[in-house]
This record gives sequence, C-alpha cells and structure tokens, in this order.
Amino acid sequence: MSAPIALEPHLRSLRDGGRKLLVPYVTGGLSPEWCEVVRAFADAGADAIEIGLPFSDPVMDGPTIQEASQRALDGGATPAAIVAALADVDVHVPLVAMTYYNLVFRAGHERFASSLVSGGVSGAIVPDVPLDELDPWAAAADAAGVATVLLASPVTPDERLARIAARSRGFVYGVGLMGVTGERERVASTATIMAKRLKAVTDLPVVIGFGVSTPQHAVELCAEADGVVIASALMRRMLDGASVAELGDQLHAVRVALGRG
Amino acid sequence: MVMMQPDSTGRFGQFGGRYVPESLIPACYELEAAFTEAWGDAAFRAELDALLRGYAGRPTPVTECTRLSERLGVRVLLKREDLTHTGSHKINNVVGQALLTRRMGKRRVVAETGAGQHGVATATACALFGLECVVYMGEVDVERQALNVFRMRLLGASVHPVSSGSRTLKDAINEAMRDWVATVEDTHYCLGSVMGPHPYPWMVREFQRIVGDEAREQCRALLGGRDPDVVVACVGGGSNAAGTFAGFASTDARLVGVEPAGGAALTRGIPGVVHGSKSYLLQDEHGQVTEAHSISAGLDYPGVGPEHAQLAEMGRATYVTADDAAVLDAFTVLSRTEGIIPAFEPAHALAWVLRAAGTDDLPAGSTVLLTLSGRGDKDAAQAMDLLS
Repeated sequence: MSAPIALEPHLRSLRDGGRKLLVPYVTGGLSPEWCEVVRAFADAGADAIEIGLPFSDPVMDGPTIQEASQRALDGGATPAAIVAALADVDVHVPLVAMTYYNLVFRAGHERFASSLVSGGVSGAIVPDVPLDELDPWAAAADAAGVATVLLASPVTPDERLARIAARSRGFVYGVGLMGVTGERERVASTATIMAKRLKAVTDLPVVIGFGVSTPQHAVELCAEADGVVIASALMRRMLDGASVAELGDQLHAVRVALGRG
Repeated sequence: MVMMQPDSTGRFGQFGGRYVPESLIPACYELEAAFTEAWGDAAFRAELDALLRGYAGRPTPVTECTRLSERLGVRVLLKREDLTHTGSHKINNVVGQALLTRRMGKRRVVAETGAGQHGVATATACALFGLECVVYMGEVDVERQALNVFRMRLLGASVHPVSSGSRTLKDAINEAMRDWVATVEDTHYCLGSVMGPHPYPWMVREFQRIVGDEAREQCRALLGGRDPDVVVACVGGGSNAAGTFAGFASTDARLVGVEPAGGAALTRGIPGVVHGSKSYLLQDEHGQVTEAHSISAGLDYPGVGPEHAQLAEMGRATYVTADDAAVLDAFTVLSRTEGIIPAFEPAHALAWVLRAAGTDDLPAGSTVLLTLSGRGDKDAAQAMDLLS
C-alpha cells in the first residue's frame, strides 16, 4: 500500500486548476468485486472516493444505501476487513471512509484513526457526530492525519455554518436537501443555496451531496459548488447487478459532463 | 445528586449527548429551548396538569395487593398507570409533547412505537390537538399488536409498517428519524422514551416524573410517612422506570429496573451510541447493533436511556432481567390473585418480585412499590396463543 494522499491539498489543487470535483461512493463489501469498482471509479476520473463502512442502523441513509449496507453486512463485511482490503487497492486517489459513530466508538478513536491510515484512507465522514460531539474523535483523527469532513445542512444557521466550515478538513460536505440519501428527480433548490452559502464562508472545497443522481444534476450544481458526491445512483445500479465496467462508464459520463478542468 | 438536569451537552455523567445528523441539530436546540421555557412557565404547567387530570385520568391510585402480598410474604403496592386514558403511562409524555408541538408552531407529529402504547397515546393526543400524526411501527409488531394498529388508525393516525432490519422498535425509530430529517421544519418527533438526543431523555423523564412524585406521596400516606423499601419498574428504553425513580431518587428506597432477558442492554450490553445518545447497547465486536428478542414488543429494544446507564454505573439503581416464561407466569399470577391483567412490560417487573420475594433482594416483611405501567388488553391475543 501507499501512504494516504493528503485530502485537502489534493482537492484544492484540482479545484484551483479549474476542475470540478467528482466524489463517488462505494459501500465496502457490497459485492466480491467492490475493490474493482473502486479502481474503476478512479480510472473514470474520480477526484476522491468515499468508502462506506456499513452500519446496522444508518439513519441518514435512504432505501438504496440501507439495502447496500445490509447486503454487505449479510455478506460478512466488517470495518476491519474493508479497510484491510483498501490497503491493496492502490488507486492514487484519496479515499474517505463514510460511517456511523458507533463503529468508531466501539473500535476506540485512536485505534480507528490508525486503522484508516494503515488502509491508506485519507479522511472520514461520520454524519452522526455533529460539531457539538466532535472533539474526542477529531483529536484522534487530527493526530493520525485523518481529515474529518463535516456536513452542513440547509437548516444550519449562518453562525454555525461558519464554525462547521472552519472545523472541517479536506473539504466541506454540503447536504443538498432536507432528507436522507437517495436518488431524486431534480436538483433541490436547497442544494444550490447550500453551495452558495458555503462558498461565502470558506475557501475549502465545497462539495454537495444527497440527491445528485445524473450528469445533468452534477453540472447544474457545479455552477455554484466545487464538486459533487454521487452515491445512491451508483449503488442502485450495483445492487441491480451492473458490472464493474458499467459502473465505471456511469461515473465516466458524469466526468465528461463536468469536464476535466 | 442524581436525576437532576443534565449538563449543557445533555449528559448524565458520561452518557447522553446529541449524536444526530446536522439537519436535526437546530430542531434539538429549538426543542430544548421550548421545553426549558415551558417547564418554567406556570401557565404551561397548569394547562398540562388540567389535561392530565381532566383528560388522562390522573392522579392514578396506588393499589394494595392483599392476596399477592399474603402469598409472597412481602407487601406489594402497585402504581396504577394502567388506569390512565389509553391504558399506559405513555399518555403523560405525549400530552406534554403535544402541548410543546403547538407551542413551537408545528402541525405534524411523527412517532415510533413498539407495542403500540406510545403510538396509541400519540395518536390520541394528536386527535385532541388537531395535529397530523404519522406512526412508524415494525412489521413484526404490526402483526403481534394488530389491535393497537387499528386503534391508531381509528384515531386518525397514519401507521407506516417498517420492513427494514429486525422490523421491531429499533427500526421504527430509525424510520421515524429519517422522516424527521426530511420534515423537521414543520414536524415534531414525539419520542416515546427517555432516549434519543438531548433534550429527549431529560424532557421525557420530567414529563413522566409525575408517576414517581404521586406514588411517593401516596406511599407515605399508606405507610405512615415511610417510603417503600424497594421501588421496581420495567425497562425497555426506560421511561416509566425513569419517571418512577425520579420520585424516589432522593429517598432511601432501593431502585430496581427489570429488563427483558432478550434485550438487556444494561445487564449484557456495553457503552455505545445509537439513536442520538451514548448509553449501554447490545452490539457485536464491530459495533453493529444486535437485535433484541422479547415477548414484549414494548421492551424489544437493544438500547436503554442514558440516565439509566448513569444510575447503573453509580449503583443508585440495580438492573436485573426476567425471561419470557417468568413474564408469562407473572402475567397470569396478577390476573388471578388481584384481578388485574398487566401488560407484558410491567409483568417483567412483577416477575422479579415473584422471584426475589423472601430472598435478600426482597426480604420477607419488606414493602415494594411496582409501577404497573400499562394494562394487558393489548397482549391478550398473544397470551391466548402462548398459554393454550
């Protein structure tokens, strides 16, 4: 394995070079080929890749990611096995773990952070750890060099939004809508407003997720945002049996629509 | 001092907190402010008190169990929450939260339910206040509590069966939280127990403390100014136990919480974080929440309220378990000796009394107060299958 790629410098340099950031998501352990999917996403032009460490009770996730998480768990996926597999993936794109706090807490903050580093993982997103509960985890993550990406919500007040942006590492994740993850017909008006509000308070890369389902959605959002996360639209296809190549093609279409910067 | 207000981060010792997605944080702060203000407002307290008296049927009596006491050699007193409107202590909390919903200017309420008691109580309060009501209930529970599903629908609520995970209370809470994340601007989440993010564990305990406050005074009247030696209640999330214990925390009474053997977070779990707070939790070595299994849908939950975790660690309360067979036996015993059919949930507390009577845990001649949190009508069909 190679050492984790520092998330923030990597994304800043791409963003500052005029590239729109594309961050796909894969549920770790979802299928035997999940590591191949990570490689295919890297080849298709991902700028960072979120790796879901499945949790039994994913309250921020809609039906698709719930199903993906359950299927991965039913297949025996564990956080340790997923992170260990990542150590051999070697994609030259930063990896960001996405999980829920009980898996972190159970492992222990320091141990969890160091396991991410040993798997070559650069960052972590833990949606049920808001700013108010951040310190114990963030101290361990900072010490280990893991970038803790914080989420901002459409209902976050301005003053708090600035504090979230200031404390976030790597990038700041704007939740595009009020609701759980999942595909949507169109870009929520809240998503564009979210991007504008975050851009106004931070120089960190601003990446919007939740409901980003098509290349057109990505393009529309990237008029304001620095990038997008695409998760359920990809995982729905993966659950339905799409091949590694088809998933790579699906992401590649978004890359083409956004341009290469 | 125990059972006071949690600290500003919503903690009882190391337990509690506010582990929710950012989208719910403003609503948690709004609710904390609204509750804090209302709880200090004499007009709010008077309105709540009038509703609890005139609508919910408070105060509930404490009943002396003469025949059971004779049989066991200990004096058994029951706090009769089964006699409230809707048949369980859940009404105390939902009337309070419905008043708060109105005070916050929200028009829609979501709730989770296990056995259906909290769902029925919420549907009732929403009908009373003209609020839209959506109740999430695990598919397993929809099946074993069909009567309560009908009652909720009759009261005008939408009942949404939940087919994810273990299809019981835990998953109903997940689904209610997912609804709330999407609707939080006009919706209040009426959580039914002393769990979830701050301020819920504190707020729900305060709304339930009327059970313990009434019982303490009623016991003193019955016992010549003394307190009972032991106070016992069942614990799933732990709301009736928290309300009961709050009334006795500053007395010398021993406090005993009884968990179902198949869902004993305090007895068999370890600290963890789910549904917004840190507490004891049944989980595997990786931190995946494991499924609880109990005859009682209302206690079929792998976690427990954070304040109970604190009381357990401090040793102020003791937590024990009762298995399904002992519960069914207790259900029958109370029916036959006192003419009171208990819900399966408080039958856990009674199962402990039957087991402990005459031992060092509950010596002969001692007095025990048991909170009979609900009546057994809802469990009659299930009991009929199990007992025949």
